[in-house]
Amino acid sequence: MFHIQGRTLALLAVLLPLIGLFIYVALSSGPLAPVPVTMVAVQNRVVSPALFGIGTVEARYSYKIGPTVAGRVKHLDVQVGDYVKAGQLLGEMEPVDLEARLLAQEAALKRAQAQLREAEERQVYASSQAIRYEKLLAAHTVSEELVATKQHELLLAAAALSGASEELVRLTAEREALRAQRDNLQLVAPADGLVVLRSADPGTTVVAGQAVVELIDTQSLWVNVRFNQTHAHGLAAGLPAEIVLRSHAGQRYAGQVLRVEPMADEVTEETLAKINFVQLPAVLPPLGELAEVTVTLPALPAAPVIPNAAIQRIEGRLGVWQVIDDDLHFTPVKLGAAGLDGQVQVREGLNAGDRVVVYSGKALSSKSRINPVERLPGIKS
Amino acid sequence: MISLAGRDIQHAWGKFVFTGIGLGLLIGVTLTMAGVYRGMVDDAKVLLDNSGADLWVVQKDTLGPYAESSSIYDDLWRGIRSMPGVARVSNITYLTMQVRQGERDVRAMVTGVTAGEPGLPGWPPQLVAGRQITRGHYEAVADVATGFKLGDQIQIRRNQYHVVGLTRRMVSSSGDPMVFIPLRDAQEAQFLKDNDAIRQQRRRTAENPAFNRPGVPGLLDAVIASQSTNAYVNAVLVQIEPGWDEQMVAESIRRWKRLTVYTRSQMEEILVGKLIATSAKQIGMFLVILAIVSAAIVAFIIYTLTLGKIREIAVLKLIGTRNRTIAALIMQQAVALGGIGFVVGKIAATFWAPVFPKYVLLQPLDSVIGFVAVIVICVLASLIAIRAALKVDPAEAIGG
Repeated sequence: MFHIQGRTLALLAVLLPLIGLFIYVALSSGPLAPVPVTMVAVQNRVVSPALFGIGTVEARYSYKIGPTVAGRVKHLDVQVGDYVKAGQLLGEMEPVDLEARLLAQEAALKRAQAQLREAEERQVYASSQAIRYEKLLAAHTVSEELVATKQHELLLAAAALSGASEELVRLTAEREALRAQRDNLQLVAPADGLVVLRSADPGTTVVAGQAVVELIDTQSLWVNVRFNQTHAHGLAAGLPAEIVLRSHAGQRYAGQVLRVEPMADEVTEETLAKINFVQLPAVLPPLGELAEVTVTLPALPAAPVIPNAAIQRIEGRLGVWQVIDDDLHFTPVKLGAAGLDGQVQVREGLNAGDRVVVYSGKALSSKSRINPVERLPGIKS
Repeated sequence: MISLAGRDIQHAWGKFVFTGIGLGLLIGVTLTMAGVYRGMVDDAKVLLDNSGADLWVVQKDTLGPYAESSSIYDDLWRGIRSMPGVARVSNITYLTMQVRQGERDVRAMVTGVTAGEPGLPGWPPQLVAGRQITRGHYEAVADVATGFKLGDQIQIRRNQYHVVGLTRRMVSSSGDPMVFIPLRDAQEAQFLKDNDAIRQQRRRTAENPAFNRPGVPGLLDAVIASQSTNAYVNAVLVQIEPGWDEQMVAESIRRWKRLTVYTRSQMEEILVGKLIATSAKQIGMFLVILAIVSAAIVAFIIYTLTLGKIREIAVLKLIGTRNRTIAALIMQQAVALGGIGFVVGKIAATFWAPVFPKYVLLQPLDSVIGFVAVIVICVLASLIAIRAALKVDPAEAIGG
């Protein structure tokens, strides 16, 4: 008898754990299993909203220096990276035929002066003739017609004189224009700055208006930042900002919003703003370097706050899974400001102390059984 | 009444239990194979569920964005947003690629989600750790299957991303885990070429006399700038207002925006019916063969188990046991064997399913079908065994 009982026990020893395991498996997996969730109590907290955008380092003032007429570069004395002073000669354009044209202009001027003298002489002579013939007419020795001729000649001589003097003015002005052009061949720095571009070397022909040298004002570096429009609420001039340059990922520079551009980028749907460095980095960042900018908005008064991971949209309504007496209820909420740390203010729908589901192992429904846990299984911190 | 079957099992319980466990492992494999098939189909469905969309607007005449590539301009959403019945729209990009983290890289589907708040179509619907994306750049939410942890730095193309949140069961239709990043970054990752390619392209453009004209300074820069735009997305996800018919909204977008629009059921048809059709059939075929083989093995085991007891049965017959009692003995044993096999198989499948690299979905209905099938096969197999047992000559008990 004992023998048989031993066998029965052995059989049960195998079968019972097997059945126990089967029941455990059936209940802990599949639709019958409770969904592990983590919960958090809604807290009254201060949210410090912040805006995050990326931009590029740019110079506020940049000067493109080039000739005003087409020509050839004669010499260029500065290299990229040179610091130059206002008024410093940077280079010069080849005059080509300008000197010769100036010489011709001088000669033309002299000739015009000679012509002016000639016209003056003619006018003086015509004037005296006219007076003489008028006297003779009074004495009835010449015909009236002759006097009229002389007066006509006087008028012609006066007209010729005024023409000659205007011609002189014209030629003088032309000479001045040529001189100005010759002086303009000098490429002069309009302000203190750093040479950032030297786009032509001596001997290169450039068209009028083409930049030969580009200067920037190193004191005027700013960051041209783009903020996504949905995240640009509250952006205003004067707000403090934090600038992280891509080449100095660990280092944060203080900045300030100088202005928000009145024109947004309608293609990329971004709002643009200019951020000044409070103090320029000791080593200037290259223009065009990528910078991440975080603008801190004024802290908002304390209000009920939930993590953004708790927010769900069910059937078109934004809300959270609220746990009331261990039962799940979907509570629609109206959200307010959000911080970059993922905390969102709730304007309507929840009060401080309410418990809401933050993380869940799978999608919840109001019929789901939940198993509150500290941390979801399988998640390493 | 003493159960003959129970007595017999007690007599040789080791052999019986171990046969049952062996059988169970075979049933477990069959159940797992069914799970693999269900998992494949489920992967396709969760992709659609997680996107939260009612309609998918894609490039005209494509099966995008999952089954074919589709690219549309990223400002088309504005026109779609203004269509009647449309509640929410959002741009989205999908790109399956290797995401690097330190020394290793993981195959993942990088999804670009429109900036905004959680709950927009395309956003991960629920997290298991961390938080949703709040910055417009360089943050990522990754599926736990990628193996990334909160705070990890991951590299997608040229940019580093900070993992701020983790999700679960966010996979592409081929089972690759998803990594969510802001749309702008994703557009860059998808459409912006690597630095070498950009330099080559600039050089090529600069060498083209049509673009690099000496009389027109600035033309070259303008051409190069226009070459490096990336104003494309793969699809626009649309959620419709409650009470509107999705077919109607889809039809009006198709008609007036001249784009291709898929509804949820059409998308499911594309994913399940086209994208994973062949691989699903492959697994399905394998499942059928495995089921047949398992059935055959179960039948053989029960048959040989009965034949092993043929002498004892002959003795039973000799002492005048009724045929019904002998038949019950065999059938009870067969069903018990099947029961143990099913329990072991179900347990084994449940425990090894999570170890599989891709999702294995063990549906309760499949288990019920499996249980019924096992019992039916056991009964059928025992009928053959009973026939053999009843034909045995009682004389064999003494003679044989």
